[in-house]
Amino acid sequence: MAHFNPGLLRRRKRNEVVLRGLGFSALALAALMLALLVGSLVSTGWQAFTQTHIRIEFPVSAERVKPDDIAKGNFRAAVQDAMQAALPGLPAPEARKLSAMLSNGAQFRLRDVVLADPALIGGSVALTVPVSDPYDQLNKGLIDRATPEANRRLKDAEIAAFDTLAAEGRVSRPLNWALLTNADSRFPELAGLRGALVGSFYALATCFLLAFPLGIGAAVYLEEFAPKNRLSDIIEININNLAAVPSVVFGLLALAVFLGWFGMPRSSPFVGGLTLALMTLPTIIIATRAALKAVPPSIREAALGIGASRQQVVFHHVLPLAMPGIMTGTIIGLAQALGETAPLLLIGMNAFLTASPATPFDASTALPTQIFLWADSPERGFASRTSAAILVLLTFLAAMNALAIFLRARFERKW
Amino acid sequence: MQTPSKISAQGVNVHYGTTQALQDVSVEIAPATVTAFIGPSGCGKSTFLRCLNRMNDTIVGCRVEGRITLDGQDIYAPSVDPVQLRAQVGMVFQKPNPFPKSIYENVAYGPRIHGLARGRADLDEIVEKSLRRAALWGEVKDRLDAPGTGLSGGQQQRLCIARAIATAPEVLLMDEPCSALDPIATAQVEELIDELRATFAVVIVTHSMQQAARVSQKTAFFHLGSLVEFGETGQIFTTPRDPRTESYITGRIG
Amino acid sequence: MTLAAFLLLFLASLAGWVWNRRAAAALWRGGARLHSLPSYHGGTAALAVAVPGLALIFIWLSLQGAAIDWLVLASLPDAAMAGQDPGARALLQSEIASLARGQVFGTPEPWKLEAAARLTLLGQTSRALLLGAVALISVAAIFLARRRVAAAFRARQNVEHILLGLMIGCALVAIFTTIGIVASLAVESARFFSMVPMREFLFGTAWEPQIPIRADQVAGVGAFGWLPVILGTIVITVIAVGFAVPVGLFSAVYLNEFASPRLRAVAKPLLEMLAGIPTVVYGFFAVLTVAPALRSFAAGWGIDVAPNTALVAGGVMGIMLIPFIASFADDALSAVPRALRDGSLALGATRAETVTKVLIPAAIPGIAGGVLLAVSRAVGETMIVVMAAGLIARMTINPLDSVTTVTVQIVTLLIGDTSFDNPKTLAAFALGMMLFLVTLGINVLALRLVRKYREIYD
Repeated sequence: MAHFNPGLLRRRKRNEVVLRGLGFSALALAALMLALLVGSLVSTGWQAFTQTHIRIEFPVSAERVKPDDIAKGNFRAAVQDAMQAALPGLPAPEARKLSAMLSNGAQFRLRDVVLADPALIGGSVALTVPVSDPYDQLNKGLIDRATPEANRRLKDAEIAAFDTLAAEGRVSRPLNWALLTNADSRFPELAGLRGALVGSFYALATCFLLAFPLGIGAAVYLEEFAPKNRLSDIIEININNLAAVPSVVFGLLALAVFLGWFGMPRSSPFVGGLTLALMTLPTIIIATRAALKAVPPSIREAALGIGASRQQVVFHHVLPLAMPGIMTGTIIGLAQALGETAPLLLIGMNAFLTASPATPFDASTALPTQIFLWADSPERGFASRTSAAILVLLTFLAAMNALAIFLRARFERKW
Repeated sequence: MQTPSKISAQGVNVHYGTTQALQDVSVEIAPATVTAFIGPSGCGKSTFLRCLNRMNDTIVGCRVEGRITLDGQDIYAPSVDPVQLRAQVGMVFQKPNPFPKSIYENVAYGPRIHGLARGRADLDEIVEKSLRRAALWGEVKDRLDAPGTGLSGGQQQRLCIARAIATAPEVLLMDEPCSALDPIATAQVEELIDELRATFAVVIVTHSMQQAARVSQKTAFFHLGSLVEFGETGQIFTTPRDPRTESYITGRIG
Repeated sequence: MTLAAFLLLFLASLAGWVWNRRAAAALWRGGARLHSLPSYHGGTAALAVAVPGLALIFIWLSLQGAAIDWLVLASLPDAAMAGQDPGARALLQSEIASLARGQVFGTPEPWKLEAAARLTLLGQTSRALLLGAVALISVAAIFLARRRVAAAFRARQNVEHILLGLMIGCALVAIFTTIGIVASLAVESARFFSMVPMREFLFGTAWEPQIPIRADQVAGVGAFGWLPVILGTIVITVIAVGFAVPVGLFSAVYLNEFASPRLRAVAKPLLEMLAGIPTVVYGFFAVLTVAPALRSFAAGWGIDVAPNTALVAGGVMGIMLIPFIASFADDALSAVPRALRDGSLALGATRAETVTKVLIPAAIPGIAGGVLLAVSRAVGETMIVVMAAGLIARMTINPLDSVTTVTVQIVTLLIGDTSFDNPKTLAAFALGMMLFLVTLGINVLALRLVRKYREIYD
């Protein structure tokens, strides 16, 4: 104990505490950031999962809608008639102006109902229709009634009219299924993700159908058959580097080669899937090779010893045993592809489209590009819809990752 | 020589990259006989065994020179398909390595890929016959659908033997087939080897001289990559001609 | 129609498979000793149909669009084509295409309607021809394969050779992807440099890619000096990596050395979640939460900052990189042999001293490789900066200013309409070329470092 120096020891212990503290705060900071990110998305996004509706009686007069040509009827005026009737306390011109309270989609909804049942002409029909974005915000408490009228999106008269209707029990706020079942729209209250979901599905399906067989073929060749020579080395280095090429460069490749040189259709999920397949390929190859490597050599020897050919060994024994690992890697690669945005922007998958694509060769958006589009939209209602769309995307990603974890836990064999 | 050899090896050299693993080995394997290869670890006996069914082909950088014939046909000739050769020359490995499939599928795999069965009933018969000959039928006949990996070590090894004989080979190579087994299982496998001798030429690599003495009729002693002595088992163990064989048998080397 | 071609091909290979298999099985039942199993004879036929058929379909599909367009253009009256620049020609083509789809606006000239009709006809002819060609190939392949069925035919070797060839083809796709990237970037960049001198691009300090619409427009010339763009990229990368490296490294050290197994079980998936979030989400987070927060914070100090500062874009990118750095550092630290750690602890060193004096120095090459890969990611990262950084290129290194990056410029130059004939569009490819070369250089260096490091302790 001759060299025992209490001062030095204390300092050393203090350094230990400092390092621990730094490490813990770094981890806590990362956790805080994740919490902030998810928290801010949920707090802005949850509002978009409901939508304010109003129930209103629409008079359908023969004067507005001619029975012999219903489709060309003046439904816009019919909607204004409805507001005039619903707000008898107001002078007619003002009440008619308040038809802006209803979503722009109301007149088309009315038209469809009348088209389906022409007997309604001359009578009236009660419909529950979405309100337009500012009133939706008002109903959700996002517009502060205390701010001076000049700085508010809704004037006092508009708020009063809405309150009148609300007091009559006409206002409701059901779950916003339109968010999933509608295609995109210029009006936030009508905008939905259907086109983006279908587009992403087509793109991912294309990506899977191409990258999965190509990836397995390449990995099996490199792991089981490739001779040790320069070409194999080049392919190997090439694949590792390809995995780290920025995604926007793949977008440039797709733009120049697929769209420019081959003249494939712009904005189509098929080209998107093709591009994503090239990006996912290295991930699948690397995962497949790892899974093949994990199959013990004794299995290969056993099959070879009976006189199985090398391809029989691989396709009858090694590949089936490696399949769970390959599937796990593939799902993780597809999850990355689902969130990929930049290459899809460059091939024009950020088009504004109000219909979902019928085939993979039609113009379409995808979930991440739709998020980008909505994030850029000035309307307030799109901010919360963007968050909601992100929550939908994250749900899909979480589900895919959970499936991968489940596969790994359930089927992966420990040797 | 009274009977023609089943396998005849002349002047076999094996290189792994730049290192020589076997040097000028010549051995005659007789039909209906158990031939044992003995010698210290790293002496090349397993390497030589793997030359006999061209399993060395699967090792990158391995080069085999010399002439090895099966029934007079050079097995390294370009026209010979190693895949078909291995159906004729079966192999059992050191550690039991059943496929992670059912017992039935393990045995049926070989006949299937070689097209030996004409229909399901035929295949069932081959499986049963092979399992019977491997002395395993009684223990597994009620659970042919159970995974082969669920059997005990000795049963697994007998399953691997059944799998090897299901392709109706003419020669059976065994690479230390009992080294991973307990004494009771070892005794069962040795008994089996003796019975198999009636139909096959059996070549067994073993660490244990007692085992070689018990099961084999011919013995080859390898040392440092070359064949030192080859002859009748009784003669090798009682009156070895080479001093190195004697020192190995009496425990002075190895 | 295309679907019909695929279906036809599938049915044909199925038919070939069944027919050949049956033929081989009949030989076998007749007592012949077959070299290969009947299913390999079937496989021979199926592959003989499928491989050339698929190749035909893909080549046909990739060429038919361009060929039909060329035929339609060539048949237009010379008067309509005279003096048209490529842009107008593309416009004309899309007009004809939309006429062919039945979208008629106004009253088009009769020759346009004629061209639209020809376009439709050519499309139908091409698809019918494809179907016929596929049928022809299928029938020929089936009969050729059937003639090869014989007891001695090495069908297994044949099938395995073809399969091996297909697998090599799969492996070569990776090579072709790289060639495609390099070729497309090089070709389009070369066209750019024929319009803008390379010296101006490499050393110019002004980046104003707006091209005049009218020749006499004020500020008519675009400027293509990439220095302010790469400077902005460097500023944002430095901020991102400067934030992510300490946080990621300390997290890894804590997880590796101090954390209880319970905490590790929680923290690792948490970091993986951060890593799995798409970058477009980070971009929206920057715009929605971080930028307003910074603005109101700065306003509290009386400073007015831009809504799209380098600090916000870089900081959020830093969050994205935390798990990346942490996982590399974690791997590098765990790869240090136990003996080194035990040796240090046995000397009476504290855990902290072991980490800072033994483990980190030993793991430096691995960690450095990870940091380099993070740099390459930051340089190539697109969505966060597209949403959170600025569009105007400035020669500044002030993190509170708005700067732009290479990737932002690529995306903004190419979003919207793209015609491959003005320097504005082609500039994006020149930037892409630089981006590819820079990240490739960093990646090669980083992968080499990581590999070397693994070799030390393996």
